[in-house]
Amino acid sequence: MLGVIYAILFYIATAIIVVGVAMRVRTYARTPAPLKIPTTPAPTTGWGVFWRMVREVLLFQSLYKSNKWIWLFGWMMHMSLWLILARHMRYFIFESYWWIDAVQFVGTYASFTFLFGLGGLLIRRFAVERIRYISSPSDVLMLLLLIGIGASGSLMRFVTHTDIVSVKAFMLGLSRFHVGHLPSDPVLLVHLALVITLMIIFPISKLMHAPGVFFSPSRNQIDNSRDKRHLAPWAAELEK
Amino acid sequence: MPDGAEEFRKMQHALDVPCLKPGAMEGVQPFKAKPEHQEKVGMPGELIPDWKEKALEKMAELGEKNRAFKVYLDTCVKCGACTDKCHYFLGTGDPKNMPVARQDLLRSVYRRYFTFAGKYFPWLVGARDLTEDVLEEWYSYYHQCSECRRCSVFCPYGIDTAEITMAAREILDTVGVGQKYSNEIIGKVKEVGNNLGLNPKALRATLEDLEEDLEEDTGLAVRLPLDEKGADILLITPSADFFAEPHIDGLLGYAKVFHEAGVSWTISSYASEAANFGLFIGSYENMREISLRIRKAAEDLGVKRIVFGECGHAWRVAYSFLDTLAGPFDFLDQKYPIPQHILEFTWDEIQKGTLKFDKSKNDDIRLTYHDSCNVARASRMGDMPGGQFEIPRNVIKAVCNNYFDMDPDTIKESTLCCGGGGGLLTDDLMDLRIKGSSPRMTALQDVTEEHGVTHMAAICAICKTQFSKVMPKFGYEMDSVVSVHQLVSNAIILTGSNDGESAEEETSDE
Ligand code: HEM
Ligand code: HEM
Ligand code: SF4
Ligand code: SF4
Repeated sequence: MLGVIYAILFYIATAIIVVGVAMRVRTYARTPAPLKIPTTPAPTTGWGVFWRMVREVLLFQSLYKSNKWIWLFGWMMHMSLWLILARHMRYFIFESYWWIDAVQFVGTYASFTFLFGLGGLLIRRFAVERIRYISSPSDVLMLLLLIGIGASGSLMRFVTHTDIVSVKAFMLGLSRFHVGHLPSDPVLLVHLALVITLMIIFPISKLMHAPGVFFSPSRNQIDNSRDKRHLAPWAAELEK
Repeated sequence: MPDGAEEFRKMQHALDVPCLKPGAMEGVQPFKAKPEHQEKVGMPGELIPDWKEKALEKMAELGEKNRAFKVYLDTCVKCGACTDKCHYFLGTGDPKNMPVARQDLLRSVYRRYFTFAGKYFPWLVGARDLTEDVLEEWYSYYHQCSECRRCSVFCPYGIDTAEITMAAREILDTVGVGQKYSNEIIGKVKEVGNNLGLNPKALRATLEDLEEDLEEDTGLAVRLPLDEKGADILLITPSADFFAEPHIDGLLGYAKVFHEAGVSWTISSYASEAANFGLFIGSYENMREISLRIRKAAEDLGVKRIVFGECGHAWRVAYSFLDTLAGPFDFLDQKYPIPQHILEFTWDEIQKGTLKFDKSKNDDIRLTYHDSCNVARASRMGDMPGGQFEIPRNVIKAVCNNYFDMDPDTIKESTLCCGGGGGLLTDDLMDLRIKGSSPRMTALQDVTEEHGVTHMAAICAICKTQFSKVMPKFGYEMDSVVSVHQLVSNAIILTGSNDGESAEEETSDE
């Protein structure tokens, strides 16, 4: 019974996140940038822009220039997130790859840095007057949601332990449209419920920053306006 | 000693973050445009009856036409990194002058009408209805942003509040609420050719007077040609260069450089304005119309090159947008950058060795340099990224012995706006302008204490006017702001000039 409910929820959530993100990304990709607005100094070649992007996504370069505390907490949180997700890959694929095995060890501890970063961000949200001013309830709830996921996950990993093999079987089953048995461990159910929530709100929330960053004209444009003419389709109409 | 007014107290440090003072700048607004100003920019004369529908329609349209608008509204995570980066926030403490809070004034409405979360859970995501009060609030705080892009440098996604400000101003214009200063000026450019409304006759007379002065000073026929067909170079310069101080000394500097370089050049009376206020109000159509005047002037005069004078926002529109708005410029000589900045021209000539200087002519000055915001963060000079920082400094160092940079966190890409950019250079915003300039002024006061700096050079017509107005409030003479080409003009040695000292210099040089 539990298995069926969670299976349905997982299918719905997966559909929402996949279709939702795809639709948003399609809108971003199709909306033209009428003018050249890279924040300069900007790279003058495509490769240069690629590296600028890599630095932004992997190192949070601009954030580092901006505020060392936010950078520290934010960067820790995100890098831990990638490690955790890599570690989670073992639930979704049959055979493990060497890189998934490789992150198992560090990944274990990533849950601490994940929670540490989130805690720091949450404290700042209340402690720093300026950030408190700009925060909406959703900003706080988002952090609490991630903390909830991280905390329930860590609980399973380090305290209560759950039947990982069954979880894996259940998740693999879902990918073959087969609803199997899900262990009725409450911590696991909380973990999964929160993850489902995260997936559902992803395309309608600020979490769209993840794909959004790649579409930001001030970061992804090449500084070559004197060499190559840039013209949006709707602007070309004006010339007729 | 300050020319009047009380001296402003210096902040402890240029980037000191104030405590929040909610409402400190509430209701501060520039004068609204009259129907006749609105008409000239193609906007309704007063608030239209169905303003709400039209405003939302415009917002939807911008979301479809401008990727930046859409992506920036969606991606902000409220991390707060930008909150202490705006000079208007630093100077006023009003939380709505924090870049993200400024964006939120519009984002809250966008969310309410265009996002799932805002439609069904407005309280959760800070969404709100569009009301007349909101419109007034927009008018107020979107005219407390100088579109300087400092916030964009520090945002992890490069979110540029200037883009939101421009969009908001365009929405306001569309429903009939425009700003008098910007819209009146755009009207003048379209009618007369420049922001000042200086007609061709008056312009000719001004230039002739200046030529006489130049001849008296140098003994040479250094020319300031107007509407001369067949000249090689068309100079497009801010009209303030024709009459305001210290701008005018910069213009004389360009003339001397062109003279010494031996090129033929001309100013156009039809396109006698570099500044393009269409940028400030976020109107592509107006910006395009003004830019097309430059294209037409270049075609009519049959020039081979276009060079821009010292002006910040103008250089942004020229460097980044001119080809988009008025290109392709295939009728110009492709060997040269299109368009070229006067500093690129001068620096090229210096490197070629065409220009000779007597640096001691600037020895009475201990100088620092203010990177103008739109040159620094929205354009480039030369071939390398960052040329917009190096080339002006290279030229300055070639003509001036005593040069000192300000605090590294307040120059180059992190430069602070002068406080008067983006359409705010109007007397009805004087209080805001003074407060907004205080971070820059504090950084200046620091180098004055440390290195005895007396003067600050700038390459933007707005910066120059703004500083000459506000510097007296901070204990400087109003002529402490100088044009870079004014320094060039002071130091340049013109071949064959009757200026006693420089002639001597020249012979001893050879
Ligand atoms: C391309 C991938 C991503 C990039 C480049 C990225 C980058 C960033 C940056 C620079 C920040 C601001 C600094 C901070 O507060 O941490 C941020 C905030 C945030 N990110 Fe991401 N992120 C990515 C993916 C994700 C994903 C997949 C999630 C969630 C599952 C996520 C959740 C968050 C949250 C909740 C915040 C707000 C933190 C706060 O409240 O202060 N991010 N992200
Ligand atoms: C379908 C999705 C997911 C499933 C089936 C799942 C399942 C699990 C299970 C079974 C554990 C216990 C691991 C152990 O005992 O060794 C765990 C741990 C954890 N989970 Fe998840 N999880 C999912 C998604 C997520 C997501 C999206 C996040 C983060 C945003 C997350 C964060 C964590 C953390 C931090 C831990 C503890 C550290 C670790 O074992 O890596 N989980 N998860
Ligand atoms: S720095 Fe960027 S993402 Fe962070 S609050 Fe400011 S605008 Fe939003
Ligand atoms: S563009 Fe400049 S003036 Fe406007 S919010 Fe950003 S920092 Fe402030």
